[in-house]
Amino acid sequence: MKRLFRNLLLVFLVGVAAYVAWIYRPVSPAPWNDTDLELLRSLSITSLPPLPADASNAVADNADAAIMGNRLFFDTRLSANGEVSCATCHQPDLDFTDGLPKGRGIGESKRSTRSISGSAYSPWQYWDGRRDSLWSQALSPLEDPQEHGSNRMYIVRLVTTESVYRGMYQSLFGQPPDFSDTTRFPVAAAPVDDPELASAWAVMNAADRHTVNTVYANTGKTIAAFERTVLPQATRFDDYVEAVLDADNKQQNALFSKDEILGLQLFIGAARCTECHNGPLLTNNEFHNTAVLAYPGELPDRGRIDGVREVLGNEFNCLGKYSDDPDRRCDELLYVRRGPELIGATRTPTLRNVSRTGPYMHKGQLATLQEVLQHYNRAPDAMIGHNEATPLGLSRPQLARLEAFLRTLAEPSAR
Amino acid sequence: MVRVLCIVLLTTAAFAAPAGESGWVSESGLFRVTYRSALDPIVINRIHSWVLHIEDAHRMPVSGAALSVTGGMPAHDHGLPTAPRVTREIAPGDYVLEGLRFHMGGQWELEITISADDRQDVVIIPLEL
Repeated sequence: MKRLFRNLLLVFLVGVAAYVAWIYRPVSPAPWNDTDLELLRSLSITSLPPLPADASNAVADNADAAIMGNRLFFDTRLSANGEVSCATCHQPDLDFTDGLPKGRGIGESKRSTRSISGSAYSPWQYWDGRRDSLWSQALSPLEDPQEHGSNRMYIVRLVTTESVYRGMYQSLFGQPPDFSDTTRFPVAAAPVDDPELASAWAVMNAADRHTVNTVYANTGKTIAAFERTVLPQATRFDDYVEAVLDADNKQQNALFSKDEILGLQLFIGAARCTECHNGPLLTNNEFHNTAVLAYPGELPDRGRIDGVREVLGNEFNCLGKYSDDPDRRCDELLYVRRGPELIGATRTPTLRNVSRTGPYMHKGQLATLQEVLQHYNRAPDAMIGHNEATPLGLSRPQLARLEAFLRTLAEPSAR
Repeated sequence: MVRVLCIVLLTTAAFAAPAGESGWVSESGLFRVTYRSALDPIVINRIHSWVLHIEDAHRMPVSGAALSVTGGMPAHDHGLPTAPRVTREIAPGDYVLEGLRFHMGGQWELEITISADDRQDVVIIPLEL
């Protein structure tokens, strides 16, 4: 009996040792085939097309507007306490994110701060796509009580009276309106939840409200012009793809380790990352439910199902009267998808600079890349809606190689 | 022998799945559909339009049809990322389908329901991206 037990134990231990040896066996990357090469080329920054035009913003590509927007972006006067600017959360050193689970301005934002880099390529802004242009997005945090906590009446007065902004505004948009009459234009007013701001806004006449909204929209359009200049830079990954396409073996080996190559092979293959993280920005900017757990103490995030309703009702959307496009070419909004697939869905983020932009997911629920990869490997059931992903069944060394590859997507130096 | 068999199989496959110029025949054989994409070649992540050309079984253009379009990726069990619609008929049997976008590489299907002269049929157009 004792001998039988000893033999069984021996067989078990040999089995375990063989399994571990197999899992951790040295693996060599297979050579890239033609399909791989085409996919690699599509992911490279050299495949990034020219910036898509934004017909809703007449100053989108105006260099002077970008200068004004740049100044506004870093100006803390655009907040209720004078301490918060766009750059408080969108920090250039952190690829225009903040390293926090949720953005922190005057209070705590609802979700994690997304990078601005390359965002001009997306038809939707925010995790839930509740805005459809950079300029309409830029207006939203200014009046969010947890972010800038300001109000549009204050903002347009600042932009049209402060000497530098006034001159810039005038050269871009013509003579600014006169907001000096406080009986018509209160000190603070905005159509927001705050009852004082909302009632001050409600008593203004419609024409005056429209004048304020026009200047407010123009302010956002200059910030968007600046944000359009924030674009991704070539990374070690892009250099590696170039070396692969040039069949330059020496350069390939100098740029990528064996593990990084194996990680890239998993990325475009068995790990199925490119189903969503595709194209040169490594995002399809589409909405997916991947069953990320709710933020501790909160109900699960409804995501796009609410975002689509909000963008359709937003007065600054592509179809609204503050768009500069007389033809209202708003296909994304006109043919927007609705329905239960959007429950709990959030927009795919770029993976460029991903190693610098943690914590991850829409509320920073996962602290490290390792946790993110484990999440996709398990593909748990969603708390609400339906998880589109299915388990990957990758081994621990494979996940480590994927992570090694993801780290090659960092730009060489901080901006 | 194997090569001969392959050629026979490939030839059979080519005739069994009418595609490209000859178009796609609806399930009950009532209609034949071809399309021209304004985005050529079709790439992922770009919204664009198609012109659908609808003919009847006698290869005559079908005017005044009502068309509805759905679709998705069968292997991924998800639909289209947009809600495309046929917006107008620009020539006899030529219908503009607007708001198409595909957000992943792989096998897609567009399912077009055609209603004309009290008859209805469905055609499925496969698309590999």
